[in-house]
Amino acid sequence: MDLISTLLGGLASGMVLFIVSVGLSVTMGLMGFVNLAHGAFAMLGGYVVVYSMRHWGLPFAAALALGFVAVALLAVVLERTLYARLYRASELDQVLFTIGLVFVMIALVTLGVGPESQRVVLPHWLDGQTDLGFIKYRTYSLALILAGSLLMLALWLGFERTRIGAKIRAAVDNRRMAESVGVDVGRLFTLTFALGSGLAAVGGGLGAEILGLDPQYPLRYLAYFLIVVAVGGMGRVTGVFFAALLIGVLDFVLKIEFPKGGTMFIYALTLVFLLARPQGIFGRKGA
Amino acid sequence: MKAKRLLALAFAAASLAAASAGAQTVRVGVVLPLTGVGAEFGQQVDRGIQMFMKLNPDAFGPYKVEFVKRDSKNPSGAEAKTAVQELIAQEKVDIVTGFVYSPDAIASAPLVSAAKKPMVVMNAGTAWITNLSPMISRVSFSMWHSGYAMGEASAKLLKAKTAVVGYTDFPPGKDSLDAFKRGFETNGGKVIDAIPMGGPGQVPDFTPFFQRAKDKKPDVFYVFVPSGDHAVAVTKAYAALGMRQAGIKLIGPGDLTPDHKLQEMGDDAVGLITAHHYNADLDNPANKRLVAAWRQAYGANASPDFMAVQGYDGMAAIAHVVTTLKGKIDPDKAQEALKGWKYADSPRGPIMIDPQTRDIVMNEYLSELVKVNGRLVQKNIGILNAVKDMCKELKEGKCAQ
Repeated sequence: MDLISTLLGGLASGMVLFIVSVGLSVTMGLMGFVNLAHGAFAMLGGYVVVYSMRHWGLPFAAALALGFVAVALLAVVLERTLYARLYRASELDQVLFTIGLVFVMIALVTLGVGPESQRVVLPHWLDGQTDLGFIKYRTYSLALILAGSLLMLALWLGFERTRIGAKIRAAVDNRRMAESVGVDVGRLFTLTFALGSGLAAVGGGLGAEILGLDPQYPLRYLAYFLIVVAVGGMGRVTGVFFAALLIGVLDFVLKIEFPKGGTMFIYALTLVFLLARPQGIFGRKGA
Repeated sequence: MKAKRLLALAFAAASLAAASAGAQTVRVGVVLPLTGVGAEFGQQVDRGIQMFMKLNPDAFGPYKVEFVKRDSKNPSGAEAKTAVQELIAQEKVDIVTGFVYSPDAIASAPLVSAAKKPMVVMNAGTAWITNLSPMISRVSFSMWHSGYAMGEASAKLLKAKTAVVGYTDFPPGKDSLDAFKRGFETNGGKVIDAIPMGGPGQVPDFTPFFQRAKDKKPDVFYVFVPSGDHAVAVTKAYAALGMRQAGIKLIGPGDLTPDHKLQEMGDDAVGLITAHHYNADLDNPANKRLVAAWRQAYGANASPDFMAVQGYDGMAAIAHVVTTLKGKIDPDKAQEALKGWKYADSPRGPIMIDPQTRDIVMNEYLSELVKVNGRLVQKNIGILNAVKDMCKELKEGKCAQ
């Protein structure tokens, strides 16, 4: 096994997981809201990216930006009209509502676009291979690693160094205390919900090359997103980052070494992780 | 057991009633994936059926055909089985046809045996499907047709010594692996690794599997995946991992080069070598006529592919049965009519139904993808004439039963 190329391949798929899941982690940590429809936002983002490139000829980066904006706006609308009604509902109600939303979105996309899988046509500079000096590797994987790392850095700075980040952290750690010192947690949630959904949309577009894109997307990867959040710890950006990378690399290596085993290992590993540390590897106790 | 026999009796009664009722109109049940991951395949076969009807308006003589279409949805076989049950019991069809995925045909086999309904398989390529019921005949292919041919050609023509096989993990995938292995190793090659690459229901990320293949440094990398989106993803992963530069040739059955997706595959696919029974660039009058009519009906960039031609030839077979039996479909006589049936006007060249196995006998074409005037074209580099299903010839595994 070629160690470096395996590591790069695994890191690339881990980065995709990170970009898609990070929003889910923050919103779950912040509001304790179980949003199973998170993957559906990623899917919608992917479709916006594919369609704006195919029909309006947008360049890849602009299409991703459009995907972010469009899905973030949609998220705000849905959050205000639907999600907000269920904040005080039981977890079962939330789960039922969001899974229902997933089915609605799957049906709408199937009806509007069709059941077939869509392909992102990558720009030329992302196609083919790049020579890193010591190894030649798939350009797109390298670009994903770079994009994921930059996003991680930006999110980390945003959370650790800005006022709004501090508010979010405060609200995740202790919502009542944050509210009592004057943080408008409701508005904060709308904001992070939009941001998280927008990021999922970017992940859907960026990851389409690796995860594919079709109406079944939100259900197919739901378990993966939840695993990343559960292992990484809710509301922890760095935790989700390392958990996504860990799972991406492990999944990749195990697929190379034991292709017969398929996805079984990931579930087994998750079980072990969660038995050992129910709050997530990187989560804080009682958070 | 008793319930099963009762069911069979009920089916037999139902079919008798149907046979005596509609004498001049033949009802053909068509089971195809019209939604889901296989929707495109269903569409190709369906268009092939329609094209046959359009280009050969007199094929059925004075007899009328009524089509009853059912959606087989997922490649699991469960939906197809329900559909066939419904077609036989409620719709009272005389013949069932279609069947894109092997599990669909496999799950339906006991039903057509019990009800005695001729079943014409238009795609499903697992070799031993025709062994499952005396009611089944196949106008498409067995995975062994192309797999064995490609194995033989890899050793003889491409002078390969070692091969890695990557396959989608379901019956035809394993079949294709066995066929290639037998053809390759009989002729002096060695398969050094076989990698299952996920199921047919979704296109996986091929990167880890191709990485593994690359690490083994074989001369050729033989890949079987369901035709369509899987195939496009294969050539992308092959190019992205730089396997060509590493000196590994990508080869496979023609499922890798679906004609209607060919131009989408881009330069990544140039140099790809496949063995198959059809490609849209074949040079014969029947094919030229089909391709021209196809482009006129579905657009200049559309193209029939092997599945479309199988739908086309399947209708030719059904037309032969209907005219031979004068519109009255008796199941045993229908099989007799199909055995040894020859069709010279198929767009894939001359075909025949093997009287012993009820499977197809046809040419296999070796082709290389080349670029001509900015378009990807399948260049013929060799023909194997009148190829039988080697699995049944060699009595391999389940094909011996």
